Amino acid sequence: MRVFWTLLRRELASFFLSFQGYVIIAAMTLLVGLSFVVLVAGVGNDPFTEPVTEMFYSTFYFWLILLLGTPVITMRLFAHEKATGTFETLMTTPVGDLQVVAAKFTAALSFYMVSWLPLMGCLLVVRHFTSQTAALDPGTVGGVYLGILLLGAVFISLGCLASAMSQTQVMSAIISFVLGVSLFSLAFLAKSTPVNDHWQTQAISTFNLFDQMHDFARGAVDSRAVVFSLSTTFFFLFLNLRVLESRRWK
Amino acid sequence: MERDLCQAGRLRRRVVNLPGMGMNAAARARARWEILFARPRGICVYSLEGKMDGTHMIEVNHLTKRYGGRTAVNDISFTVARGEIVGLLGPNGAGKSTTMRMLSGFLPGTSGSVRIGGFDVAHEADDVRRRIGYMPENNPLHPEMRVREYLKFRARLKGLGWCESRRRVQVVIEQCGLGDVCSRVIGQLSKGYKQRVGLADALVHEPELIILDEPTIGLDPQQIRSVRALIKNLAGHHTVLISTHILPEVEMMCGRVLIMFGGKVLASDTPENLQRRMSGGSQVIAEIAAPEPDLRQALDQLMEVERWDVSPADGAFFRCALTGLNGSDLRPAIYQLAWRQGWMLRELTRSRYSLEDIYVQVTQPGTEDLE
Repeated sequence: MRVFWTLLRRELASFFLSFQGYVIIAAMTLLVGLSFVVLVAGVGNDPFTEPVTEMFYSTFYFWLILLLGTPVITMRLFAHEKATGTFETLMTTPVGDLQVVAAKFTAALSFYMVSWLPLMGCLLVVRHFTSQTAALDPGTVGGVYLGILLLGAVFISLGCLASAMSQTQVMSAIISFVLGVSLFSLAFLAKSTPVNDHWQTQAISTFNLFDQMHDFARGAVDSRAVVFSLSTTFFFLFLNLRVLESRRWK
Repeated sequence: MERDLCQAGRLRRRVVNLPGMGMNAAARARARWEILFARPRGICVYSLEGKMDGTHMIEVNHLTKRYGGRTAVNDISFTVARGEIVGLLGPNGAGKSTTMRMLSGFLPGTSGSVRIGGFDVAHEADDVRRRIGYMPENNPLHPEMRVREYLKFRARLKGLGWCESRRRVQVVIEQCGLGDVCSRVIGQLSKGYKQRVGLADALVHEPELIILDEPTIGLDPQQIRSVRALIKNLAGHHTVLISTHILPEVEMMCGRVLIMFGGKVLASDTPENLQRRMSGGSQVIAEIAAPEPDLRQALDQLMEVERWDVSPADGAFFRCALTGLNGSDLRPAIYQLAWRQGWMLRELTRSRYSLEDIYVQVTQPGTEDLE
């Protein structure tokens, strides 16, 4: 556990004490701000009944941030260490593969959540100017952040896996982007396929990330979505662990 | 012994005269090595099998590593006793770094076993990792961290407690002369200081075995000296395995040399022993003014000369490089020859083989094909 905290501290420091980290945060803030502009322009002066968070989600900037942001956050985790050789010094100390994967994933996820904080600012602006406390219910905000966390965990773990598989950061970003887009396309397929009695369509429907996130944005927490995200995350982290282990296979 | 050496001379000629023997470079080099030194009995030349009794720090047993179709390390076996400083010598691509990576447990061997301090590297990785301090090639560091911060981070990773890591970091900072730069960012340090940071990192958890992959590469002579002195000071408390291709370094620091070539360990002995065995084969350089055909004929007829080479020098002089049979001193014979023929002799020197010559002879690929 001590090693985990040491590694986590180091990983967090490399995110927050680097130029790259702030570039990522700035880019995410820009995208969140753009989505907010689109939202405000769309609403105009008309009264609305949906929660603000749901309207935010429906601008679809959310997916852009998720698909573009996570590969950039995760690309340096393993690939950078491999490229500079520090991976060798790390793996020849008595640390377990699990500790390394857990620390890197936790650090990336924390950084990702921090880079979503500007959204809170946007919501506060809405609250200030509409003077409607109901427009910003803590439950709905909690719901949307839970959705951001869970879906983020899926894409971050995917990015970790891609980074562990590649030798350079660019390669890692490309792989995780392609995998992320594939998952996203699967979600499209799931959304457009009508669910019937066949198990195939039912299986595909579990990948319907749009409806899952829509529920979170409305403030509804569906246990199926939670279980889906958590199990997918653990699956990718497990693969990640195996990739690290494969170095020692003969 | 004398007969052995005579035989060695003949054998060597045979090897030299056989064009394209169909051996690979490593086999050729080993053949050359054995013939060159007539392999004195009792001194094991390239393997130390039968000494694996568990008291050694490193025991490597028939270790092989293949990458795809290429064999990087080919069935090597050697042992290193506790407290020894051993130099792993070889040209680039000889398999030194791969061997070190396998010893540190970073890479698995394709076959064979490595035991460090009695623990198997493949199955008791954690026990092994706790006992070794490993500095890889090119000394990778985190350039954005400060020296003390980095060392503390590494100490914590290696399982040292908070107080203990503080204490040890202070000790290695003093030991490696990093006191002046301990709060500076690693990326801004000079190469010599970075190298010392790498060394301090390898030492921070007081490992029993220290593995250093080319620790002095890219340093200026002054820095090399200080790193060398530092490593020399480690003798006794730690077992040290250093890879390098700088020979004086090995002569100065190491109690024993392992010469690697083409994935094989070709020789394992003290630098002094290697030189002693080599001094028999000293070379004489003579500059003689004589008609070339006569000179060549005369040298051919000299019984004591095993091998000679004549190249034109300035004026009427020719430069002759001669190797005596059985390591005999050729200088009187050459003088007498010149005196008898009335040739002018202006230089007569004997050069002793240095470790460098040994190394070059053992590891040069395919010279016999040129001869």
